[in-house]
Amino acid sequence: MTTTHSPTASPPPLAQIGAIAWVRKNLFSTWLNTLLTVVLVLVIGRTLIGFLYWATTQAKWQLISANLSLFFVGRYPISQIWRIWVALALISTLGGLTWGVLARNVPQLFGRTTLTLLGVVGAIAVLMPAPVPYRILLLAIEGLVVAMAWGGRMIGHRSPKLGQWLAFAWSLSFFVVWWLIAGGLGLTPVGAGEWGGLMLTVFMAVVSILLCFPLGILLALGRQSSLPVIRGLSVGFIEVVRGVPLIALLFVGSNMIPLFLPIGIRPNLVTRAIIGLTLFSAAYLAENVRGGLQSIARGQSEAANALGLNPGLTTALIVLPQALKVSIPAIVGQFISLLQDTTLVSILGLFDLLGISRTILANPQFIGRYAEAYIFIGVIYWVFCYAMSVGSRQIEKQLNTEH
Amino acid sequence: MAQMQTDEMTNGTVGSEAVIVAENVEKWYDNNFHVLRGVSLTVTKGEVVVVMGPSGSGKSTFIRTFNALERYQKGSIVIDGILLSHDLKNIETIRREVGMVFQQFNLFPHLSVLQNVMLAPIWVRRWTKAKAEAEALRLLDRVGILEQAKKFPGQLSGGQQQRVAIARALAMQPKIMLFDEPTSALDPEMVREVLDVMRTLAGSGMTMVCVTHEVGFAREVADRVVFMDSGLLVEQATPDDFFNHPKEERTQKFLSQIL
Amino acid sequence: MHGSEKVPIWRDERYVQIAFQVFVLLTIFALGQFCLGNMFRNLEQQGRQFNFTFLLSQSGFNIGETLVPYDTTSPYYWAFFVSFLNALRLILVGIAATTVLGIVAGVASFSDNWLLRKLNMVYVEVVRNTPLLLQLFVWYFAVFFGFSDKGKTSQLPGSIFVSKKGIVIPWPASSPLLVVLLGVLLSGAIAAYFIWKRRITRMEEQAASGKREQLVLFSMAAVGLLIVLFGLGWEMPRMSAAGNVEGGLRVSVEYGAMLFGLVFYTGAFIAEIVRAGIQSVSKGQWEAARALGLPSNSVMRLIVFPQALRVILPSLSSQYINLAKNSSLALAIGYPEIFATAQTTLNQSGRPVEVILLIMSIYLSINLIISLVMNTLNRVVQFKER
Repeated sequence: MTTTHSPTASPPPLAQIGAIAWVRKNLFSTWLNTLLTVVLVLVIGRTLIGFLYWATTQAKWQLISANLSLFFVGRYPISQIWRIWVALALISTLGGLTWGVLARNVPQLFGRTTLTLLGVVGAIAVLMPAPVPYRILLLAIEGLVVAMAWGGRMIGHRSPKLGQWLAFAWSLSFFVVWWLIAGGLGLTPVGAGEWGGLMLTVFMAVVSILLCFPLGILLALGRQSSLPVIRGLSVGFIEVVRGVPLIALLFVGSNMIPLFLPIGIRPNLVTRAIIGLTLFSAAYLAENVRGGLQSIARGQSEAANALGLNPGLTTALIVLPQALKVSIPAIVGQFISLLQDTTLVSILGLFDLLGISRTILANPQFIGRYAEAYIFIGVIYWVFCYAMSVGSRQIEKQLNTEH
Repeated sequence: MAQMQTDEMTNGTVGSEAVIVAENVEKWYDNNFHVLRGVSLTVTKGEVVVVMGPSGSGKSTFIRTFNALERYQKGSIVIDGILLSHDLKNIETIRREVGMVFQQFNLFPHLSVLQNVMLAPIWVRRWTKAKAEAEALRLLDRVGILEQAKKFPGQLSGGQQQRVAIARALAMQPKIMLFDEPTSALDPEMVREVLDVMRTLAGSGMTMVCVTHEVGFAREVADRVVFMDSGLLVEQATPDDFFNHPKEERTQKFLSQIL
Repeated sequence: MHGSEKVPIWRDERYVQIAFQVFVLLTIFALGQFCLGNMFRNLEQQGRQFNFTFLLSQSGFNIGETLVPYDTTSPYYWAFFVSFLNALRLILVGIAATTVLGIVAGVASFSDNWLLRKLNMVYVEVVRNTPLLLQLFVWYFAVFFGFSDKGKTSQLPGSIFVSKKGIVIPWPASSPLLVVLLGVLLSGAIAAYFIWKRRITRMEEQAASGKREQLVLFSMAAVGLLIVLFGLGWEMPRMSAAGNVEGGLRVSVEYGAMLFGLVFYTGAFIAEIVRAGIQSVSKGQWEAARALGLPSNSVMRLIVFPQALRVILPSLSSQYINLAKNSSLALAIGYPEIFATAQTTLNQSGRPVEVILLIMSIYLSINLIISLVMNTLNRVVQFKER
C-alpha cells in the first residue's frame, strides 16, 4: 500500500520566469539568434541615433509650423478658415456619434489601441509648434469626438433606431460641409482652384467613394448577370479600368473629358480628377461587391422569388443589403487605398497634401528640406490609414459577433 | 416507360376543383440530362399530396416547376386555372398564389423574424404596414413563435426557423403550399414541432404538396402518396394502399429501404 | 415552356430579356456617338485630326537613359520602344527583387527572434499605410540625393558609388569570353537540375545513398562559383584622377530610386501574402511531419512550403501586376519609361486620344502577359482534387 503525496505546486526555476527568461527565449535562444540580435541592435541603434541627432540639430522643423495652413487647407483664404473649423467640428460630432453607436456592443469602447491613438493625437495637439488658439481648437475637437463617442454608445444602447437618423444626418452633413468649403448662398465663394492640402485630399477621396457606389454596384450586378450583353459590358469595363495604372485614368479624365463634351464646356481640373478617381474606384468596388454577392446563398433569391418578389425587389431588399454588409471590410480597405491614391493628382498639378509640398519646398527659406516635409506628410497619412484599418478590424469583429 | 395511371384517386372528402394540373411535363438540365421524363399529376383543392422517391428522382425539381423556380421545356402546367408559360404576368400571379417552404429555411438573416414575415405582403400585395404587421403577428402566434418576433433568424434554432418560414409563406395567403423536404435539415428533436404545424395546416384545408421522407406524416396526414423515380411518376395511391400494398416493383424496393 | 395561348411579346420573359439588352446596347451606342461626335468637332476646331501617322515623325525630345541608340531625330515610335525597354528593365528586375524581399520578410515574421519580428511588423505597417508616391519621393529626394548632396560622390561598401550622375555598381566587362562563360553557367545549371532529379529518383527507388550525385553537384557548384567570382571579369568602379567614376555599370539615380521604392513597397504586400500562405497550412501538418522524424528545414521545404505556395501564387500575380502599373509613377521621378514618354509626346504632338489609346493598350498587354504566365504557373502547382 503506497500513499502518494501530491506535492504542492512549486514555482519554476528562476531562469524560466521574468525578464531574464523572456530575453533568453526571444533574443538569444540560439547562437544564430544571438548574432542576429547583436547585428540588428547595432544597425537599428546607429540609424536611430543618427536620425535623432539630425532631428534635433540639423532639421528645420519651422518648415512645418510656418506652413501649417498650406499643409492643411492649401491656399484657402485665411480669413475664411473659420468655416473649415466649423466643418471639422460638424464631422467630428457625427463621427464620434457614429463610432459610439457602431461600437455599442464592443466590451470596451476605449481599448488599448484606441487610447494610445487618442493619447498620441492629444500629445501632438499639445506639443505642436503652432499658434496656441489652434492647439486649443484641436484639443477641443478631440474632446468632442470622445464625448460624442461615449454619448453615442449610451444612445445606441437605448434606441438602435438611431442608425437610420445617423445615415440621414451624414447625407445632410455632406452638403453642409460642401457649402461651408465652397461658399455661395451667403458665404464668400472659394473656387476649387484654391482648395488644397489635407482638405482637398479628404474631399476628393470622400466624393470619389460616394460617387463610385452606384456605378460600382451596377457593375457588380452586371457582372453576375445571366444576360450576355450586360455581363460582357461590365466585365469589359472592369478589366480595362483595373488593367491600366491610375495615372493613366487620371490623364484620360483630364485630357479626354473636355474633348468628349460639347465645344466650350470645360470642367475644372478638380472635377476631372474626381471623375478619374471615381471610375477607378467603381471598378475596384465592383470586384469587392462581387465577392459579397457570390457569398450569398442561392436560396436567398429563390425564397424571395417564391414569395413573389420581382428581380428588382429581390436585389434591392434581399441580396444587396447582405452583400454590402459582407463587403464592408473590403470597402474600407478600398477607401484607405483611395486616400493614398489621391496623391497622384499632384502629378496633374493639383495641390493636394503631397502636391502642396512642392510649393512649400520652392520657398527659398526651405529649399532642399525634403525630409522634414515628407516626414510630416507621411505621419499624417500613416495616422489616418492606420486608424482606419484598426477601425475596420473592429467593425469586422462587431459584424461577426452580431447575429 | 409508360406512366402508371391510377383510377383510384380518392377525391371523396375534398373538393373536386383541380388546382394543379401537370400534363406530361418534361425538363432537361443544361447538360442535357433528362430530369423529368413526362410527369403528369392532378391535385384538387384541399388535397394533401406527399411525393416520395430516391434522391435524384426529380421530385424536388418537379414541385419547383409549380412556382417557376425551375422552367420546363415540354408539357403544360396549369396552376389555379393559370397557364405557367413564358408570360411574366402569369408567373407573377402564380407566385403570389403558391407558397414554398425550403429545406434550408432560407430566412433573410438581415431582417428580424417579424420583418421576414411582413416583407412580401407589403411589397408584393401592397398592404399597409399596420395590416401586414397584424397578420404577421397572428401567423407567428399560430406557428408558436410569437415571443421570438423581434429576434433575428441567426438567434433561433432550426425548428423555430422553419416554423417562421412557414409563417412567412402563409403571410401571402396562398392557395397552395409546397414543401421541399422541410424537415431534412433539422435535428431529430425538432422535426416533431415542424410536422405538427404542417399537420394543423393540412387540417385547416390547405392544398399541400410535400416532398418528404417522413413516413409517419404521410400515413397520418396525406390524402395521396406519389412515388417518383428517374424522372417518372411510378405509382400513386392512398397512404394505406401505398405503404401496405405497393403495386410496382420499384416502389416495393424503395419502401423496403425506408421502412 | 409550352402553352396553347399566345403570349404578348412585352410580357414574354424571353423577349423582355433580349429587348433589355438591345436597349442597353443602344444607350451605350448613343452615348458613344455623343462623345465621339464632340471629340471630332473639338479636334477639328483645334486643327487636329485623329490618326497614328504622327508616330513616324521625328520626336524632337531627348530621353535620359536608353538601352539602345536614340536621339532627337528618331521617330516617335522608336521613342516609345526605347521607353518600353526602360519600363521592362524596371519591371523585370523589380519583380525578381521584390519576390526575394517579400519571401524573406514573410518568413521572418515567424522567426524566433523578437527584434526581427517587430522590425518586420514595423516595415509592413509603415509601407502599407503611406502612399507609394510619397515613398518614391522619399527614396529619390531624401535618400539618394542625401548621398550625392552638393555634388559629392559617396562610396558604399562593395565598391558602389553614388553621385548625381548615377549609381555605379560592379559589373562584368563585356567580351566574347563573357558570353561563352554565361552559356557554360546556364548549361551547368540545367545539368545540375537533371542530376538532382536523378539523385532523388535513385534515392527513392533504389535506396541509393545519393552521395555520388551529391559529390558531383558540389564540385559543379564549386566550379560555378569560381567562374562567377573570377572568370566573369568583374569591373570594379574606381575614382579617376579627374574625380569621375570609371568602370562598372552606371544606372541613373532615378532608376535606383524607382527600383528601391517599388521593391520595398510591393515587398511588404508580398510579405503579408507569404505570411498568410504559410499560416494557412494547418498546424497539424507541421506536427505530423515532425512526428515522422523530419528535421525542421525539411518540414518547411517538403511539406509546408509547397502547400503554402498554392495559396500564395494567385495573390502574387496581382501584386506583380500592381508593380507593373505602379512603374508608371516614374513620371513623377523623371525616369523615362513609357508613361513619361507618353506625356511628353502628348504635349508635343497634340495627340491626346491616340497617345492615350496607345498607352492603355500597352499596359493592358503587359497585364495580360503577366496574368498568362502566372496562370500557367498556378495550374502546374495546384492540387489535383477529387
